[in-house]
Amino acid sequence: MEQEAKYPTEKLKCWQKAKDIRMKFYQDYVEAHDKGGLRWAGGAWTFDAIPAGLGDDVYPITSEPYSATIAFDKKLSLECMEATEVKGYPRDLCSYMRNYWGSIITDKFAFGYKDGEFVPRFQGAKPIGFPKPDFIWQDHICCSHAKWYQVVSDLEGGIPMYTVDNAVGPSHELTDSKIKYVVEQLKDGIKFLEKTTKRDYDDELLYKAIRNHFVSTSKWAEACALNKAIPAPLDEKSIYSLYVLGTLQKAGKQVADFYEKDLLPEVQDRVKRGIAAVPNESFRVMSDTQPPWSFLSIFRYLEKFGCVSIGSLYTFGLIGQWEVKKDGTWGAKTIPNMEFSSRDQALYEYVKYELHKPEWQHFYSCHFKSDLMIRIAKEWKLSGVMLHYNRGCEGLTVGIAENRLALLDAGFPVMAFEGNNADEREFDEARTKAKINAFMETLGAK
Amino acid sequence: MITMGIDLGAKFIKVVILKDNKIIAKSNVLAGFEVDKSAQKAVDNALKDAGITKDNLDKVISTGAGEKLAPFYDETKSVVGCDSLGAVYLHPAARSVIDVGAEEGRGMRCDETGKILDFEVNEKCAAGAGAFTEAMSRALEVKLEDLGDLSLKATEDIPMNAQCTVFAESEVVTMVHNNVSKANMAKAVHDAMASRITSMVRKIGFNKDVVLVGGVANNIGFVGSLNKDLGLKVVVPKEPEFVGALGAALAAAGWIGGK
Ligand code: SF4
Repeated sequence: MEQEAKYPTEKLKCWQKAKDIRMKFYQDYVEAHDKGGLRWAGGAWTFDAIPAGLGDDVYPITSEPYSATIAFDKKLSLECMEATEVKGYPRDLCSYMRNYWGSIITDKFAFGYKDGEFVPRFQGAKPIGFPKPDFIWQDHICCSHAKWYQVVSDLEGGIPMYTVDNAVGPSHELTDSKIKYVVEQLKDGIKFLEKTTKRDYDDELLYKAIRNHFVSTSKWAEACALNKAIPAPLDEKSIYSLYVLGTLQKAGKQVADFYEKDLLPEVQDRVKRGIAAVPNESFRVMSDTQPPWSFLSIFRYLEKFGCVSIGSLYTFGLIGQWEVKKDGTWGAKTIPNMEFSSRDQALYEYVKYELHKPEWQHFYSCHFKSDLMIRIAKEWKLSGVMLHYNRGCEGLTVGIAENRLALLDAGFPVMAFEGNNADEREFDEARTKAKINAFMETLGAK
Repeated sequence: MITMGIDLGAKFIKVVILKDNKIIAKSNVLAGFEVDKSAQKAVDNALKDAGITKDNLDKVISTGAGEKLAPFYDETKSVVGCDSLGAVYLHPAARSVIDVGAEEGRGMRCDETGKILDFEVNEKCAAGAGAFTEAMSRALEVKLEDLGDLSLKATEDIPMNAQCTVFAESEVVTMVHNNVSKANMAKAVHDAMASRITSMVRKIGFNKDVVLVGGVANNIGFVGSLNKDLGLKVVVPKEPEFVGALGAALAAAGWIGGK
């Protein structure tokens, strides 16, 4: 069963840098007030280029990756879940949201200091409380989004909050008025930010942040597109550690630079030299939705069958922006080549670009997602698909059973496993591995 | 060629020994808490029954939830893979197989060789497995082996809404208070379980040749409810609890169907 190496492999050189950027992100948030700066909280999909116009000392914390960090810390996660349940919130709500609320209710932050170094709590950091944000800047497309922060605001004693309704329909039905509907909300939001923070808004900083956003989202997609190569230069477990930067601060210069100048050239080089993420690659699958974060080992488990998970619509399209290229294949979205001359114009281009996000399309119909998944299955040359029936995220799991049928109809074997992205009580590792064994057998890997 | 298949299920350990693809011995031992010791006993019993020793075995394949706890084996194979091979061996027309064991319900589609094309497992829920009938027979104070026959005497269809063993148990208690007959309750239990299994099987699709394997296939009441739900008559092989172990032994012999 243990397959022999077919391809050379090597560790990613930019790995440590990715980890450092992530840690600095959380540290900056914690220490923002010490430097006279501001802290804000919002979702990974929020229009984060907007608060950037308040100054270079304004630091965010994004909810989903922070909650995934808690999920990785099984002890803390259980405390958070239970604290949320004690408050009366039911177990079938978004599990990221429950982890996040639990972190506030218990006043336990997932990071802290150990011998002066900023480290995760599970690495022995001295506990610190949840640093309260100065304002909330959120978007709303999943029905949990605005509610999530309404509760956060209440739990924290009333934090000023602004939410943008970006659920305006699928990208192929985008119209000028739909774009303007979101733009007008962003313009009002800027007024809210000025009033709340008592700072003047700097449009030049906004323009820079939007440009960073274009680069981050396009370059990430470009790196993912390179995974069409056989052998795949990246495996999904590594992809999780890399895509996360885009979920932290896609409009941040450090993230745009990392994707453009570190990750992309390295992945291009790996493809050129035939460097594999999984040296015994014989089978290729993709997954879907967030993984059960405390059981990422299932992706390593695949390797003993010579199977690489090349990513997913989730990891490719949660942050990445894509377009259909001239030859009909899916590739990175072209970065708009223009100067910004006014706030209105910059916001218009920003919104027009962002409303094409692949992971927003299935909110309107599961069939849009099925089409994208089948496209990936074909272009990334997959042998099968592993679908996570994720009880912890209604937003991304909605329609997944339809996706399964569509993939089967398109000729791709599918294995579905049940679990939860952030509530490990709903994941059965032994059973899932037994299912993987059977699925690998059906693919001929055993 | 002599091969052995060991199926370490959640409740019982089944062993089948084949000589040139013909069954020469089998054994069935309660797994209990010391599964490794029970597995040893099951293997020893089968070897004794066959009149051979371990050294006479050419290949051994282990399967089931406790596959790694077998006293010895050359390879492991998934339960669904073994089930389908065993089912096709016993009933060559089989293209759909349902396995209802103590802890899990499984549905699979296979080709004429016994190779799995698609499968589904009833995860993390006893309501579609033997544990459900066990819990319900306790609640009804009826012996598990009598539950099937009892349900055939039912006079009414009583819907059981709960999809969870714990809630179903309290629903049974409510029925007892409402003076529902034990026969009607037994049928309600089987109907609920069959509907759980049917919805799982419908997910992967099935054709007319459906083979039902696993220990629960011995429950005549459940089989009746399943037939009604699926709208066909499932094929239940003799000693359906051995089909997984048989499939493992067949896989060890390199047997494939359709040849
Ligand atoms: S998309 Fe999923 S993770 Fe995000 S808020 Fe909605 S339910 Fe929670």
